[in-house]
Amino acid sequence: MALSQSWRRTLESLCLSFGAILAGILLFGVFCALAGTNPFAVYGSIWKAAFGTWSTFQNTLVRAAPLMLSALCTALPARLGLVIIGNEGALVVGGLAAVSMGLAMGTAFPPFIVQVGMAIAGMIMGGIWIGAAGWLRHYRGVNETISSLLLNYVAIALLNHLVGGPLRDPSSLNKPSTFPLAEVNMLGSIPGTRVHWGLLYGLIACIIAYFLMQRTTFGFAARTAGGNIRAAKIAGLPVGKLTVMICFLAGTCAGLAGMVEVAAVQGAANESLNVGYGYGGILVAFAARHNPLAAVLISLLVGGILASGGILQRAHGLPDATVLIFQGLVFLMVLYSDSLYGKFGVFKEKPIMIEPPAPPPPSPGQEPVMTV
Amino acid sequence: MTSTATTTPTIQIERPPDLQVTGMSKHFGTLVALDNVSMHLKPGSFHALLGENGAGKSTLVKCIMGFYAPTSGAVLIDNNPVKIANPRDAHHYGIGMVYQHFTSVPAMTVAENLVLSRYESKALINWKDEMEQLQVFMDSSPFRVPIDVPIAQLAAGQKQKLEILKQLYLQSRILILDEPTSVLTPAEADEVLGLLREQVTEGKLSVLMISHKFREVMAFADEITVLRKGRFAGSGLVKDLTVPEMAEMMMGEKKEPTPVNKVADLEKAAVLDVRNLCANKDNGVEAVSSVNLVVHSGEIVGIAGISGNGQRELVEVLAGQREPTSGEIYVNGEPYGATRAEMFKHKVFALPEEPLKNACVPHMSVAENMALHTFDRPPQAKGIMLILNAIRQTAIGLIHQFSVKTPSPETPVGNLSGGNVQRAVLARELSADHIKLLIAANPCFGLDFNAVDFIHTEIVDARNRGVAVLLVSEDLDELLKLSDRILVISGGKFVYDSPIDEADFAAIGTSMAGH
Repeated sequence: MALSQSWRRTLESLCLSFGAILAGILLFGVFCALAGTNPFAVYGSIWKAAFGTWSTFQNTLVRAAPLMLSALCTALPARLGLVIIGNEGALVVGGLAAVSMGLAMGTAFPPFIVQVGMAIAGMIMGGIWIGAAGWLRHYRGVNETISSLLLNYVAIALLNHLVGGPLRDPSSLNKPSTFPLAEVNMLGSIPGTRVHWGLLYGLIACIIAYFLMQRTTFGFAARTAGGNIRAAKIAGLPVGKLTVMICFLAGTCAGLAGMVEVAAVQGAANESLNVGYGYGGILVAFAARHNPLAAVLISLLVGGILASGGILQRAHGLPDATVLIFQGLVFLMVLYSDSLYGKFGVFKEKPIMIEPPAPPPPSPGQEPVMTV
Repeated sequence: MTSTATTTPTIQIERPPDLQVTGMSKHFGTLVALDNVSMHLKPGSFHALLGENGAGKSTLVKCIMGFYAPTSGAVLIDNNPVKIANPRDAHHYGIGMVYQHFTSVPAMTVAENLVLSRYESKALINWKDEMEQLQVFMDSSPFRVPIDVPIAQLAAGQKQKLEILKQLYLQSRILILDEPTSVLTPAEADEVLGLLREQVTEGKLSVLMISHKFREVMAFADEITVLRKGRFAGSGLVKDLTVPEMAEMMMGEKKEPTPVNKVADLEKAAVLDVRNLCANKDNGVEAVSSVNLVVHSGEIVGIAGISGNGQRELVEVLAGQREPTSGEIYVNGEPYGATRAEMFKHKVFALPEEPLKNACVPHMSVAENMALHTFDRPPQAKGIMLILNAIRQTAIGLIHQFSVKTPSPETPVGNLSGGNVQRAVLARELSADHIKLLIAANPCFGLDFNAVDFIHTEIVDARNRGVAVLLVSEDLDELLKLSDRILVISGGKFVYDSPIDEADFAAIGTSMAGH
């Protein structure tokens, strides 16, 4: 019985999440029709560009990798009851830190060591970024949503300043960039594909995050504090430390996404870092209902949407930014679907009182003390 | 002279309507919460609805209020069947309810909540007029609450008064009260019920009150209806009935209150030592001013006081939910900061009031909530990994031992009824092997007799085993029954301190009133 009831809840999440995405797709079709294109042709193109062939699916995978990591930046603090949207900022500073570390280490160390150093630098910097938002939240009462959002602008300004000045490669004329990382230090591709190893980072991070929250004492404490801070305090849980630690961990994931972007795709830090993986990650986290494993699947979907930007421009004459409208509509629908939980009778738990499971044989001192 | 006369013009002389319920049933899926219950609330009478937790009292009144759609049965107003689909319809027929849980908006002031509670909605609110009218209403009402204070800063007793005031403000002619006095001191309860009784006697109101307290039923009610396990179990005039007869209707057997057996002459050592402790309310006003308190092992120290005199803040500091502004707390002679490590080391446990709000995570499962103290050590954890099966098995044992009614250990604790949430918390706090210090605040809030007796027995047992118990309660009878030493808190200070056998009731009363 307990099994079938939790099964209903899972089905509700699945139906509502996918229903919301479907509704977003339909609305996007209306938008395309208004823009003077055939929505079905657009759907076809998106499908082809995102999932149609192995070759195009690899593009999707490449984009899904940073999305998975960046989604964790919202999904982890959400379990603590915090709404963090500083993914973009943490990703940018993570990328900056990774490039700086990569350039500093240069070719003096074996590439593997340099890559580890870049990853650690990116993670620490991203962690500090979001950890700061968590610290402000707990110890200074600053709304974490606003502070993390504003930190995005700080991060982007920092990036623009560094690539335009102190770290600028004079040979990057049109698009100011840092000096490029040495070719040997770049993250390679998974053999037989064009997909870089960042995808594996994302998968592993999501799995670790899931186990951390569901199966460890740390996750239990965090979920308790997120569910009811008064109950957490009465159990003596260090709510402040938990807040800062969860936010730090969340930031490390986004920072790692930044490292993956510079070390596997861009080769240097420039404005291409903030192309929307951070905001896409927020969408992924909400659509996945902050479940790290579901975030993997949703990342593929959103990655596919992002990958289809080019073809919309080439084949349908729609502006490049059309995919952002698509993304925005889907996000809106996902947020709306949140209000539909519990509204459909099909998913309601049947309030059948089952008999308590056969009690264990009463050991001394364990006899029933109340009977009603 | 009555509260209702001055607010908005209405028909003042109208007598309360006659309310009948016939053959009311309510099924939730296959769970039968209410089975063919009938009752009759005569105009201008004070009717008590009795029954244990889960007997269907709340379900019955929620069906009357249109909060639930009954599976079968009818509501008759003045002998005409009426359809009540929602509380607004109920208000139309002059029926208003004070719910067991507070229904005011915490961030808004008393005045705003009162205006908000009105059913007709205006686009614009003329606050100047409203405030004048509210002040007139408040001046003439049976009891008072400051109208410009946010609800969040009111104590439980004041909130409950506001809930009743709200219905008077709405000009309800039939008042349904769901355990209205569970948060009030006996004196406050007598005052509130006495004033309602006057209104009933004058023929201005009918009252239907859900209660657990025979004393109040005997003193104020005209008639009772008793439910047991969702069924009608009896009714009658209060003057024809005795307490044991009512108890028998409720429980199906005669019930004597269990006497408590205290072991005398226990070895005494100071366990909790509070020195010059100060703490603020949420709004920064000092609530606890420099109190000193020692609780010895094998001793129950009771703290009496009218709600809102700093006892809540004191308990929150001791339970780790509030930072003190100054002062020291020692447990077993060591400084105590209510961290998890210190709680575990000194075996400190707490039974806070309103357990769903204070001690549970509503959307987490019963099993997880029961593991709140133990999830991070063996056998429920191995290193940093949770052992989910151990957590589940412990919960199954506790659910059985403490008779917690839940569909399964995986059910979110917020889905349980109030009494069962309390049992789940009790199971967690009292099942530990070696409690040294127990901090209990209104532990019997809204529980039935079996549960109250059980908790009292457990607390005294704990004391007899050498546990130091700090018991904060708004129920003076409970304190006098259990305590070894009784203190009275007023205005954030202890104003009375006496061993129980030397306690002077009159002095306690005047101390509580702040004299």
